[in-house]
Amino acid sequence: MGVLRMRQVSRVLSTYTADVSGVCSALYEMGGMVIMHDASGCNSTYNTHDEPRWYDMPSMVYVSGLSELEAVMGDDDKLLRDVERAAKELHPRFVAIAGTPIPMMMGTDFKGIARLLERRLGIPVFGFATNGTHSYVSGVGMALAQAAKKFCLPKEQLTGPGGIQKQIPAEKADGAQKPCVNLLGVTPLDFSVTGNVEALKEAFQSEGYQVKSCWAMGSDFDELIRAGEAHVNVAVTVSGIETAIVLQEMYGTPWVLGLPTGRKLLRKVLEAVDRAAATGENQFPLAWDNGTYEAESRRLPPSEEKVQRENGQPDQSHRQTYIIGEWVWAMALRYSLMTEYGYDRVSVICPLESEELFADRLLEERRERIPGVLTAAAGAGAFLEDEDQIEERLKNAELVIADPIYRRVLPKGKVVDFIEFPHEGYSGRIYRREIPVLIGEQWNRWFEQKCK
Amino acid sequence: MTIKDAGSLTPFESGVEYSAPARGPWNIVHVGTLVPESHQVFVCAQSCLRGVVLTAAEMNAMDRFSTIAIQERNILKGDMEKLIIDGVSDILNKLPKLPRAVEVFSSCIHDFIGCDMEFVFGKLRLRFPDVDFTDCYMTPILRKTKFTPDARMRQQLYSLLHPVPLEEKTANVVGNLEPFYETCEILSMLRQGGWHLRDINDCGDYEEYQKMAASSVNIVTQAGTLSAGEALERRLKQKLFYLPVSYRYEEIDAELKLAAETMGLPLPDLQDLKERADQALAHTAKALAGMPVAIDFNATTRPLGLARLLISHGIQVITVYADSFGKEEEPDFLWLKEHAPELKLSATVHGKMVALPRNEAEQYGGKLLAIGQKAAYFTGTRHFLNMLENSGLHGYEGIIRLARWMEEEAAREQDVPSIIQVKGWGCCG
Repeated sequence: MGVLRMRQVSRVLSTYTADVSGVCSALYEMGGMVIMHDASGCNSTYNTHDEPRWYDMPSMVYVSGLSELEAVMGDDDKLLRDVERAAKELHPRFVAIAGTPIPMMMGTDFKGIARLLERRLGIPVFGFATNGTHSYVSGVGMALAQAAKKFCLPKEQLTGPGGIQKQIPAEKADGAQKPCVNLLGVTPLDFSVTGNVEALKEAFQSEGYQVKSCWAMGSDFDELIRAGEAHVNVAVTVSGIETAIVLQEMYGTPWVLGLPTGRKLLRKVLEAVDRAAATGENQFPLAWDNGTYEAESRRLPPSEEKVQRENGQPDQSHRQTYIIGEWVWAMALRYSLMTEYGYDRVSVICPLESEELFADRLLEERRERIPGVLTAAAGAGAFLEDEDQIEERLKNAELVIADPIYRRVLPKGKVVDFIEFPHEGYSGRIYRREIPVLIGEQWNRWFEQKCK
Repeated sequence: MTIKDAGSLTPFESGVEYSAPARGPWNIVHVGTLVPESHQVFVCAQSCLRGVVLTAAEMNAMDRFSTIAIQERNILKGDMEKLIIDGVSDILNKLPKLPRAVEVFSSCIHDFIGCDMEFVFGKLRLRFPDVDFTDCYMTPILRKTKFTPDARMRQQLYSLLHPVPLEEKTANVVGNLEPFYETCEILSMLRQGGWHLRDINDCGDYEEYQKMAASSVNIVTQAGTLSAGEALERRLKQKLFYLPVSYRYEEIDAELKLAAETMGLPLPDLQDLKERADQALAHTAKALAGMPVAIDFNATTRPLGLARLLISHGIQVITVYADSFGKEEEPDFLWLKEHAPELKLSATVHGKMVALPRNEAEQYGGKLLAIGQKAAYFTGTRHFLNMLENSGLHGYEGIIRLARWMEEEAAREQDVPSIIQVKGWGCCG
C-alpha cells in the first residue's frame, strides 16, 4: 500500500466557487431570471456561500428542481414549462439557464433549450453549458461575455465616443479629457461587498476617468448596454478578459488587463488606459517578462531596506513569498510587493483551474498573447490546482498571503509568516469582515498595517 | 392561499424553486458528524463540494472532513472506482491518526454511471481493516422520492453499529438531532421503569456510540426518520417504537399508553398533563394578547398540528409556511379547513417568494411571533422562536415548554438575520 500523490484530493483545504455559481453572480444585478438546472443544493450553496447580496438584494435566481425521473428519461419538458410559466409571471428582462453535473450526464442541449424558450417568451434566453466541474472564473467569464454580446447597443445607437470615435488623441489623454472606461470581471466572488467595488470606481473617477459601467456590480442595465461608449475597457480579473475581447470585436475598444492595487500600480494602470486610448492597442501593465518589472523593483530606493535596518528591524524583503488567489489580483499584489516594498522573491499560486487554458484559448483565437500569463511557468507564478502541489510548493515559503484556510497546508515544523487575505470565492462568508480593500493606496495602508 | 382553498396536502404547483436565506436546518455534513471519531469524505463535482466543505469549515470541523473532486475526465475514462479507492486511501494515509469510522459520500453522478461502490468499499476495507466504512449519499436527485436523501442519511448514521447481544431495558432514541428535554414524559416513564436511554447526541466517543447496538428498543419520533428505525429492526433486531411528535392530545395519549403497555412502564396521570398543557396555553394566549403567530415546517414536523393546537387554545395563527404536508397531518388539515378556513398557507420555494414583500409583521406594528426561521424571514418580524425540527420537544411536557418559549420570544426582539443565516443551528450556532 503505497502513499500516492493524489490529484483532485483535498484532505484539509476548501474548494472554489463553481462555474454555475459564477454565471449567477455575473448576471445577478441585470434584472434577469437565472435558473440552475439541478436537483437541489447548488442553489443553497450559491446563496449561502457565494452570494453576499442574497439577503438584501433580491434577484430571480432559482433551481429547476430536476428529478430522478426527468434525468433518467432525459425529459426537458418540465424545465421548459416551469421556466416559461415563471418568466410569464415575473417578467424578467432575460432568462439564463446554467447546467450542473447531472445535465452534463444527460447531455442537455442548453443552446437548443435557449432557442426554444426565446421563441416562446420573446425575450433573450441564454443557455450556459456549465457542469459544476470548473471554477467560477469560467462561469463569470462566459456569462458577462454573452450578456455583452447580446445586450450592448450597436454602434449606431451610441452617442458617445465608443461608437463614433474609438480613440482619443494622445495629447488629450493627458489633458483635461480623460478616457472613459468600463470595468470588466467584477463580482463579489473576487471583490466581496466590503468596499472594493466602490474603491475601484473611485480610483478612476477621482483621477478624472469616467466609469461608464461596471460589469457587473453597481451599474444599471442601461449603463451596461452603453458600454460601447467607453474609450477603454479594463479587465480587472481573468473573468473580464472574454468580455473585453467581445467588446473589442463589437466596437474596436482596446483593453487593459490589470487591477490598480497600491499607489504605484494605480498610476501604471491609469497610464496604460491613457496609452490604450491613444494608440488603440491593448495594454498589460502587469507584464514582467520584458524586464521592466524587475527593473522597477531594482530601481526601488534601497531606503526601504535601509530604513528597516536603521530602525533595528530585520529586513523582510528577501523572504520567499507566495500569494495565493485569482491570477490578476494576485499578480497585482505581487507587483506592489516587488515595486513598492522591495520584495524580490514573490511567486503567485493560482489554484483556479483552467485559468491558463482559459486565457490561452481566447487569445489563440485572436493570435494575441498576454505577457505575464503565458510566461507563468517562468517563475512569477504557477497554476496549481491540487492540495498536494500547493503543499509541496509552499515548503520553502517564508511569507504567505492567502485565504486563511490555506494556513492548513503551511509546512510543519517551520515558522512561516502568514497574512490572511480572505477570498469570498474560496472561504465564502466565513472571513468576509476581514476582506481588505485592495485598491490603490488603501492596499498600501492595509499591507503596511499587517506588516507592523 | 387560504386553507379552505387548498385541495390537498400538496397545495402548491411545483416549478422553479427559490431558496430563502434561512439556514438553520442541518445538512448531511452536520448530521454525519454525530458519529463520534468519524471522518467524512465527499466524492463530488466542485459545485457540490462547495456547500459541504464550507459547512465543515463553518462548524470548525475541517479536520474531520476531506473531499475528492470529480472532473470530466473521470466520467469519460470510467476510472471512478479507482479515483475513490486511491483518493480515500491517500486521505487516510495522511491523517495524523486513523479515524474509527469513515463515511464516504457518493453523489448523483455515481448512481448514473453505475459506479461499483461495493467493489470500492471491499477494497477500502481490505486496505484499512481497523476502520469502519459506511456508504453515505449526497444525491439530491432523489429529493422527490419516498426515500429522501435526508432520511437515508439518518439511516446511515446507525449503519456503523456492529451487531451485539441485546440488553434488556435499554432503548435508543433514533434519528433526532437534539436530545429530548429531561422533563418529557416518555423519558420520565422509561427512567421510572428502570430503563437506560441512549441517544447519538449524547455519545462522546465511538465506544459509546457502539453501545447503541445493544439497546433492545429504538424510539423514533418523526416520520422522516422511520426508515432508520426500520433498518435497525431488520439488521440488529431492535424493536421499533414509533412515537411521533404530535400536538393532538388523543394521539399523545395513545403513544404513551402504547409505550407503557409494551415496555411495562408506569403511565403518568394523563388528565393532569392535559390540564397543565391547557393552563400553559391559556397563559400564553393571555400573554400574547392577540399577537398573531406564523409557523413554518422547519420548526416542527407537524406545522398544521401545531396551528390547530394554538388556534383551539385561543391563539391567533395567521400563516403556515410549508410547501407540502405529510400524510399524518391530514386530520389537522381537515380540522383547520373547517374551523380556521382563513388560515393562510404559504409556500417557501415557489418562484414568486423572491418578489413578495417580506413585511407582514408591519401590518401588526411589528408584533408578530414567528415560530421557525422561514416564518421569521418571510414575515419580517423580530419576535421569533428559533425552533428547528421540534427542538427536543415531545408530548405534553413539550407543549408546556413550547408555550413558555412563545411567551418569552413574544416579549423580546431579536436580530433575525444574524441568527437565521447560521447554517446548522445548534450544531454551529
